[in-house]
Amino acid sequence: MSELSGGRWSPFQRNPGKRVLPGFALSMGVSLLFISLILLLPVTGLIVQTAGMSWEQYWGVITDERVVASYKVTLWAAAIASLFNGIAGLLLAWVLVRYEFPGKRLIDALIDLPFALPTAVAGITLAALFAQNGWYGQLLTELGIKVAFTPLGIVVAMSFTSLPFVVRTVQPVLEDLPVEDEEAAVSMGASDLTVFRRILFPSLWPALMTGIALSFTRSLGEFGAVIFIAGNMPYVSEITSLMIFIRLQEFDYGAASAIASVVLIASLVLLLAINLWQARYLRRLHGR
Amino acid sequence: MLQSPRKLIKQLVVALTVSGSLGVVPAQAADQELLNSSYDIARELFASYNELFAEHWQQETGKTVEINQSHGGSSKQAQAIIQGLRADVVTYNQVTDVDILHERGNLIPADWRERLPNASSPYYSTMAFLVREGNPKNIQNWDDLVRDDVSSVLPNPKTSGNGRYTYLAALGYAQKTFGDDQEAIDNYLREFLGNVAVFDTGGRGATTTFVERGIGDVLLTFESEVNNIAAQYDGEYQVVVPKVSFLAEFPVTWIDRSVERNETADLAKAYLEYLYSEDAQRLIAGFNYRVHNDAVKAEFADRFPELELLPIEAITGDWKTAMSEHFGSGGKLDQLQRR
Repeated sequence: MSELSGGRWSPFQRNPGKRVLPGFALSMGVSLLFISLILLLPVTGLIVQTAGMSWEQYWGVITDERVVASYKVTLWAAAIASLFNGIAGLLLAWVLVRYEFPGKRLIDALIDLPFALPTAVAGITLAALFAQNGWYGQLLTELGIKVAFTPLGIVVAMSFTSLPFVVRTVQPVLEDLPVEDEEAAVSMGASDLTVFRRILFPSLWPALMTGIALSFTRSLGEFGAVIFIAGNMPYVSEITSLMIFIRLQEFDYGAASAIASVVLIASLVLLLAINLWQARYLRRLHGR
Repeated sequence: MLQSPRKLIKQLVVALTVSGSLGVVPAQAADQELLNSSYDIARELFASYNELFAEHWQQETGKTVEINQSHGGSSKQAQAIIQGLRADVVTYNQVTDVDILHERGNLIPADWRERLPNASSPYYSTMAFLVREGNPKNIQNWDDLVRDDVSSVLPNPKTSGNGRYTYLAALGYAQKTFGDDQEAIDNYLREFLGNVAVFDTGGRGATTTFVERGIGDVLLTFESEVNNIAAQYDGEYQVVVPKVSFLAEFPVTWIDRSVERNETADLAKAYLEYLYSEDAQRLIAGFNYRVHNDAVKAEFADRFPELELLPIEAITGDWKTAMSEHFGSGGKLDQLQRR
């Protein structure tokens, strides 16, 4: 135990007899194998596909005017969608953790629906609802808002498919927060807003940021749901995944992989940045 | 009409895999199996044809045959075959998607078009317009599609053979109208593309957008599809066949490499050859495709108005140039859509 708590413990040390949990070597081996097969191999395939291109070709493909326009559309839509999810997801998590009401279990289960539903089905359903003759679309058209077949439709589809990320990352943290802290603050005369700002938010912030970042990266790569509601107008509502799809239709695997690599790198950098930031934030929070 | 649970489930599966993965019928104990890889709006046609052929095959050989259908955008379908899907026959709506099977995978010989009559195209169609009942915008010909008050729906030429045909039909019309005036042709096409409300990735998607979502004044797609929709939604839509349009051939061939491995060579050939029989041609004409058989042609004469059909040779020379000059990255289509 002294070795574990000493902070200098290495997983590769000899003398496994001292380890508390058995089966480390086997489970670690299986995990590494799975990571290699499921994560690294496809990524390697992507790199191999792009390796056939020269730098000029690669650069030419990824900076093509229309592709760049698609980055902008995708980034904006993903940013708005994940921010929206940040607010809506926090609210949902709050309601689910702090209140008791009939049907709570059902709502809790429904949150995961976007994960379970094939995204193409989600896209078609959303397009049907938001089209100008659909249930929501009719009302929105009266207000002069067009959702389906506009960039706004992309935002709607992206929010739908990535909402659970925020709820499911914030929920456990919120559950762990002691109610006593809030009660103490209130009894000392703090307003609701102050309680949220000074007590809740600092603890929730890292989880919320992670949720938003996950929601954002997921939105970057979303294809199935978006394609049916976007309208796919060049320079207006074409997403980057569609540009990849188009290159595949042209049997140009190299170019498709090149564009895919941009999305991959963007997602990786973002996830890494969030992880680093979170680690630093937690260290500061716990005063280490 | 009550449907059997199996049929209902099958339809559900088909509906759920809209983007077109395998719509495989549960395997029954048939003597032989065949996989037909096809484009996405041919689902109903081949469902009917498969029954007709299975009956014919049983009469000829005494064997039962189970035909599985796989439908999707034909470029995507071709890709699946290159990547290893062992389809026995392909029945596509564009020559290039079959050509690629020779170029990329060497799965079929280069001269595949000479193996069956009419350049391996048992039936053909053209591009036509579907407008809402009464034709409120009075759309009659290609020049109406560039009017400011008209918005059209067509599948994306980048991702759909159907969309490429429409683009080529518009190009053919512009060439006939403006002759050598390249600038006028480009302007026409730019305005034509500028009037598009939604670019769906496939033909069925475009139909859904126009019919179910109520977007646009005119849907541009195959004459066959247009007629089928008009018949299905009796009285809600109207078909307009422009005076000049594109000759859309529907090439079929068997995949030599697959039939060899699956031991289905005879069956695959028979399946495609039977498409040229009078019975099959009548069935195909019933689905509003134009056919070659004279007797059937006469029978269905009232359905298919006379018009000038431009083959690819009259527009861009051949499919290869069409693909590289117009539809490839940085090609004419990209330039016209640039803003």
